[in-house]
Amino acid sequence: MNMNTWRSTDELEDRPAFRDWLQREFPPLASEWTNEASRRSFLKIMGASFALAGLNACTRQALEKVVPYVRQPEDLVPGQPLYFASALNLEGYARGILVESHEGRPTKIEGNPEHPASLGASDVFMQAEILALYDPERSKSVMNGLEVSTWDEFLALVVQEREKWKSNGGIGLRLLTGHITSPTLLSQIEVLLQEFPNAKWHVHEPLATKAPQPIYDVGKAEVILAVENDFLGPGPAQLKYARDFASRRRADSGATKFNRLYVAESTPSMTGARADYRYALGPRALQEFGTALATEASLPSWGVPILADLTRNKGRSLILLGDSLSEEVRQFARNWNRPLQIAQPLPSNGDSLSEFMQHVEAGKIETLVILGGNPAYDTPVDFKFAEKLALVPLRIRLGLYEDETSALCQWRLPEAHPLETWSDARAFDGTATIMQPLIEPLYGGKSAHELMAALAGNAVVSGYEIVRQYWHAQHAGDDFEKYWRKSLHDGVVAGSAGGKSSPFAPSVRAAASGSGLELVFRPSPSIRDGRFANNAWLQELPQPFTKITWDNSALISPATAKRLHLSNEDVVDLKYRGRLVRAPVWILPGQADDCVTVHLGYGRTHAGRVGNGVGFDAYALRTSDAPWGGSGLEIVKTGLRHPFATTQHHQSMEGRDQVRVGTLAEFQQHPAAVAQVGEPAPGGDETLYVPIAYKGHAWGMAIDLGACIGCNVCTIACQAENNIPVVGKEEVARGREMHWIRVDNYFEGAPENPRIHFQPVPCMHCENAPCELVCPVGATAHSSEGLNQMVYNRCVGTRYCSNNCPYKVRRFNFLEYDRNPFESAPVLKLLRNPDVTVRTRGVMEKCTYCVQRINRVRIEAEKQNRPIRDGEIIPACAQACPAEAIVFGDINDPQSRVAKFKASPLNYGLLAELNTRPRTTYLAKLLNPNPEAEKT
Amino acid sequence: MNVPDETPVVAPGYDSGSVTRKITDVVLARPLGRGWLAGFAFAFALLMLLNFAIGWLLIRGVGIWGINIPVAWGFAIVNFVWWIGIGHAGTFISAILLLLHQDWRTSINRFAEAMTLFAVACAGLFPLLHLGRPWVFYWLLPYPDTMGLWPQWRSPLVWDVFAVSTYATVSLMFWYVGLIPDLATMRDRSAPRPLQFIYGVMALGWRGSARHWKRFKMAYLLLAGLATPLVLSVHSVVSLDFAVAIVPGWHSTIFPPYFVAGAIFSGFAMVLTLLIPVRKAYGLQDFITIRHLENCAKIMLATGLMVAHGYITEMFMSWYSDDKFDIYMTLNRMFGPYAPAWWLLMFCNVLVPQALWFKSIRTNPAILFVLALLVNVGMWTERYVIVVTSLHRDFLPSAWGIYHPTRWDWMTLIGSFGLFLSLLFLFLRLLPAISITEMGKLVLDKKESRQQ
Amino acid sequence: MNQNLYGMMAEFEQTEELLNAARAAFKAGYRKMDAYSPFPVEGVAEVLGFEHTRVPLVVLIGGITGAAMAYGMQYYSAVWDYPLNIGGRPLHSWPSFIPITFELMVLFAAVAAVFGMLLMNGLPKPYHPVFNVPAFKLASQTRFFLCLQATDPQFGEGTKHFLTSLNPIAIHEVES
Repeated sequence: MNMNTWRSTDELEDRPAFRDWLQREFPPLASEWTNEASRRSFLKIMGASFALAGLNACTRQALEKVVPYVRQPEDLVPGQPLYFASALNLEGYARGILVESHEGRPTKIEGNPEHPASLGASDVFMQAEILALYDPERSKSVMNGLEVSTWDEFLALVVQEREKWKSNGGIGLRLLTGHITSPTLLSQIEVLLQEFPNAKWHVHEPLATKAPQPIYDVGKAEVILAVENDFLGPGPAQLKYARDFASRRRADSGATKFNRLYVAESTPSMTGARADYRYALGPRALQEFGTALATEASLPSWGVPILADLTRNKGRSLILLGDSLSEEVRQFARNWNRPLQIAQPLPSNGDSLSEFMQHVEAGKIETLVILGGNPAYDTPVDFKFAEKLALVPLRIRLGLYEDETSALCQWRLPEAHPLETWSDARAFDGTATIMQPLIEPLYGGKSAHELMAALAGNAVVSGYEIVRQYWHAQHAGDDFEKYWRKSLHDGVVAGSAGGKSSPFAPSVRAAASGSGLELVFRPSPSIRDGRFANNAWLQELPQPFTKITWDNSALISPATAKRLHLSNEDVVDLKYRGRLVRAPVWILPGQADDCVTVHLGYGRTHAGRVGNGVGFDAYALRTSDAPWGGSGLEIVKTGLRHPFATTQHHQSMEGRDQVRVGTLAEFQQHPAAVAQVGEPAPGGDETLYVPIAYKGHAWGMAIDLGACIGCNVCTIACQAENNIPVVGKEEVARGREMHWIRVDNYFEGAPENPRIHFQPVPCMHCENAPCELVCPVGATAHSSEGLNQMVYNRCVGTRYCSNNCPYKVRRFNFLEYDRNPFESAPVLKLLRNPDVTVRTRGVMEKCTYCVQRINRVRIEAEKQNRPIRDGEIIPACAQACPAEAIVFGDINDPQSRVAKFKASPLNYGLLAELNTRPRTTYLAKLLNPNPEAEKT
Repeated sequence: MNVPDETPVVAPGYDSGSVTRKITDVVLARPLGRGWLAGFAFAFALLMLLNFAIGWLLIRGVGIWGINIPVAWGFAIVNFVWWIGIGHAGTFISAILLLLHQDWRTSINRFAEAMTLFAVACAGLFPLLHLGRPWVFYWLLPYPDTMGLWPQWRSPLVWDVFAVSTYATVSLMFWYVGLIPDLATMRDRSAPRPLQFIYGVMALGWRGSARHWKRFKMAYLLLAGLATPLVLSVHSVVSLDFAVAIVPGWHSTIFPPYFVAGAIFSGFAMVLTLLIPVRKAYGLQDFITIRHLENCAKIMLATGLMVAHGYITEMFMSWYSDDKFDIYMTLNRMFGPYAPAWWLLMFCNVLVPQALWFKSIRTNPAILFVLALLVNVGMWTERYVIVVTSLHRDFLPSAWGIYHPTRWDWMTLIGSFGLFLSLLFLFLRLLPAISITEMGKLVLDKKESRQQ
Repeated sequence: MNQNLYGMMAEFEQTEELLNAARAAFKAGYRKMDAYSPFPVEGVAEVLGFEHTRVPLVVLIGGITGAAMAYGMQYYSAVWDYPLNIGGRPLHSWPSFIPITFELMVLFAAVAAVFGMLLMNGLPKPYHPVFNVPAFKLASQTRFFLCLQATDPQFGEGTKHFLTSLNPIAIHEVES
């Protein structure tokens, strides 16, 4: 990429957009937003936009040479996206990505197939990072107190400070960071600590409260027992785990033997939803169960067959335990699992937060440098971090946002987003990735490397040089340039797996035991520990089991709700160890009785326009000695109500067989018995009309319910790919969410501990599409390849098509959503996928099977004068799916993967009895019960 | 219905002259009453409310209404079907009853036709407003657009465009043709020159020539013959908007006949609701006699029973079909979130009309008025239940939703009454509300039949 | 007797009188004449020698035209001009084409009936000599008129006498 691309970036910059935005008679919110309370947010965006206007000059393409991933044109071909390999961190662990860049604007993030922690798939956080990059509310300038300052002024300060440190060896200098795996950064810290031996480095990661477990080969495990461990849920190794797990649940791949999964947990998790056996127990009972396992004493009756099963497969079985279980049980599990261990965790070797707090109280700290994180918000409440911080004379913060922590620091430096800066990071298994910038820092941010270099007295050097120098040191050979280019190109540094690591054990006392209601803390499935709170895509992402958006809730079991006379949306006071939080209640089937689960990450006060005041802050109850909860919770009904915005109001199947489930045994005896239930679809001959023949390609999709883990990434990948707007809580509450592919969630069986099913539902592209028949203007019609196409320009908005769609997958622009507070910031125009129309008010929209991708591949194939290969076209949802549950291709080609899926006896069409002839079909889900467990 | 001993359709003691005088005086002689002014002012205020609601709608978009996915149709469609239904009585009275030689229709057909036109005007409003992009409504009209694209003829909405516009046009012509001789009368009876001129222009120079009369009668008869299948077709087509869809609760072959019955049912209810006050206000009891009210009531009873039969058949079919979606839909209507609406419509449309079996009730204007009002409410509720309850829980439980009208929904509905009433008040003030020529003819024939 | 005379008009109170008068006039050989009444009087037109009207024919033609055009338009646009695969239905989905065909048939027929009638009646016609007779105002209200036109060969000195023989309540000269 070179000068002309930066010029094109500049053209794409929002000056004109901004100008006409200013000139518009009805500014976005004033005109296009029904939410009455929107004037304030309108002013806020206005502020943001003004700020932006001044920042255009800062937006420049990186000048250093970065290397395109697939094609390597000398000059960028306008209209042709380029893909760059990089990585994103989650709690410090890298997940490799490929970033799609249009004329210098990153627009979409995909997993890097060559990276062990992504394997080409992605999780919701990776997908949403692209929105975070453009977030108009990131911190934009160096601040000193209330003054706007400059980087140079800050450097001047550092120079003075360094004089002091040199004299006293850095007494009172402290670094506070999150978990770090970046080899460059670690070495920089090391250098600093060597220069100033009295300085100290402390690490705080809100969700890593114990030495992390090693990584195991789930794919080789025949039997898995997960106790309060959501290994299929969000986490540094989720994508690998999901891929490996799903690979053992595929009946189509001729696998005759499934793995078997037992889950015991207090609150439903993605792992629990996939379990063959799930037990809902409170934390105390789980701990007892764990101990019983370890000691093989007083095992509950239902536990006996589990242990037998595990023992029978010893060496090929796993016991995965959550952080809330005691260390000795976890030790037992580690020993049990050793044969399947593939990677040691990579802990940072900084000192603990509790030690840090002691130093603060002792007044030992003079200068504090906080890299990232948000300790003022997410540290244990008993540390009183926020108020104690005042005891530190000089507080310096490098952060993406002006958040709760920044508010307490004098010097605040805008941090560059991972997509804006050179850096590196290691995956769970140590594999290192060199992170390339996709764009010059939009808001003039600095990277941690640059700050560390400054502290080390070497301010002039750029992030690029820092990272490059480090790797040059690692790679002595004279072919460094080649090595460097290859590493950048592949997105992984060859042979870097299993990097250096040293043990790190934060002081964790045993969870206080007691009686009465128990409290359980969980990270939010959508905004994690709160770091994604200002990301509207994630806030609006329906949470897997409650389908709640824009909120967290106190989850309780139906029985407990009955006992306490609580119903959904009741607001209660949670009294826990003398602290109190007010929270709305949600009744969740499968939740353990007498145990309340709250999600962390909400109730932010300085997150930004999107994240502020969403939900309640559960950290206010979280203490250092019981980070995952404990007993002694009291619930007091307040009589208040809090409305939730849920996207699925009804989670029972109503005896309709939309999700079809059977056991492996059944399937092997009568393959058809599982999927071919209910009313059969009418045959092709049962029609008065001449059936339309689809010669050439006939696109179709198959979704394997046996593989789906319900992680929602398809929804958000689709949102990123197709410029789908966020509509906000009010609109979601009205039933107007815009997601093109939703993940339906059903509970089956007794509410105490139901079976949980996921079903992703995109447009079915029915061959006899009911929607097309009723459109008065022919705005939706069939393509020659069987796509059910939506012509936005022609749509007049009768919404008849949606009424007549039995799957209700069509979405309507009831308002000008593109101008709502979440979409209207001019900078977000850079995020738009140029291949997809942004829809206007009053038109219908829906899943297109990513027709823009189909056409791109078609054009490529025609240019090379060859047929389109199977698997060459990948819709965004399929590409992101870690379980490879979604398969797309040409059903006219019997060799295609999708055709093979559809040939499986497990294949069935949703509501096919209506003779809609859906092109999207499902593979029934198979369970693998344990004959012995069945007896008990 | 022509048994001599029955209450006459015209009170005795009138000759064509006095009839003419009485009817034209309502317009020409009667001073502008305070009552009329108050009524018109009220109606006009509501009309302004409608304008406000529409203005906001165009600025913000249909999102100001309560509609959502799955319930993408709400008040707009309910109001449309309701108004178009009301618009059926007029043509039914003037066309079908003409062919059936029901002489009693004479004194109410003009009024009923006017009511039809205004109701259709209100109805026509809603399909336009409910569009996501109302400004491109003309894409539904039959012409190839700049891309050469035509309307999609398989869509019932396109059929609607043709059915409703045809119905509006034909009703208008039917009404106007009937008016021509009366306009001539107004021309000849009005004193002030400007009035003479205006009525004169509208009368097209009608002079009552025998030859003209012959062609006139023939044309009028043929129009009646054409309007009869038309009036049946219009609501059938409207019902196809639902019946063609696959939604449980919509997809039903019984819809056309039972919508038509419902339309005439509600139409006559509206006729009574309006006639009873009007005949009193303008002292037309001698022309619009108890006999008229009673006959309207009888028709209401008959059509009401047909509608009830429709409901029963619908329920039976959903049980008989053994279709799980259909059965659920039926039960959900009775006991689901919208159960109150369903029971209300059963009360208003099935229970209440049974009172009409009794002559004492059929001949009591006050009671009839209340009863007719209830039926109006019931028929609106019926459309609400059909539209909303069918959509809010269809095939996939995961996609089920709920619909709550917003204040903008209500404003548009109430505002449409403003449009309707404003037009009606103007009509009463400016045109003969009863056909003069036909009444003149009628009293004459009656006299002859008495002489024999 | 002045020259610019359109005709002579007798005024009656009863429909029967008008009928008899017309019959008598026809017997007396008058052909160019017309009767005027506030409402249609059975048989007068026939007595005046106006047996049948062509309105029904016009309506029939209108109806056929409408139906043909409607179906033609749909077939042409859906099958020839812009064929689209709509929900897997055949291009020529004839059952779906029926409603519009019917509606347009009715529309055209009705339009034909109204305008056909008006045109054949020579309406609109703001001015007509008969309006010159002040008493003619009543023709739209209570009275019945028989007008013998001056252009009729029979018309002459005897006409006035002839009309009086029909004992009308009044006789008017109609200025042309």
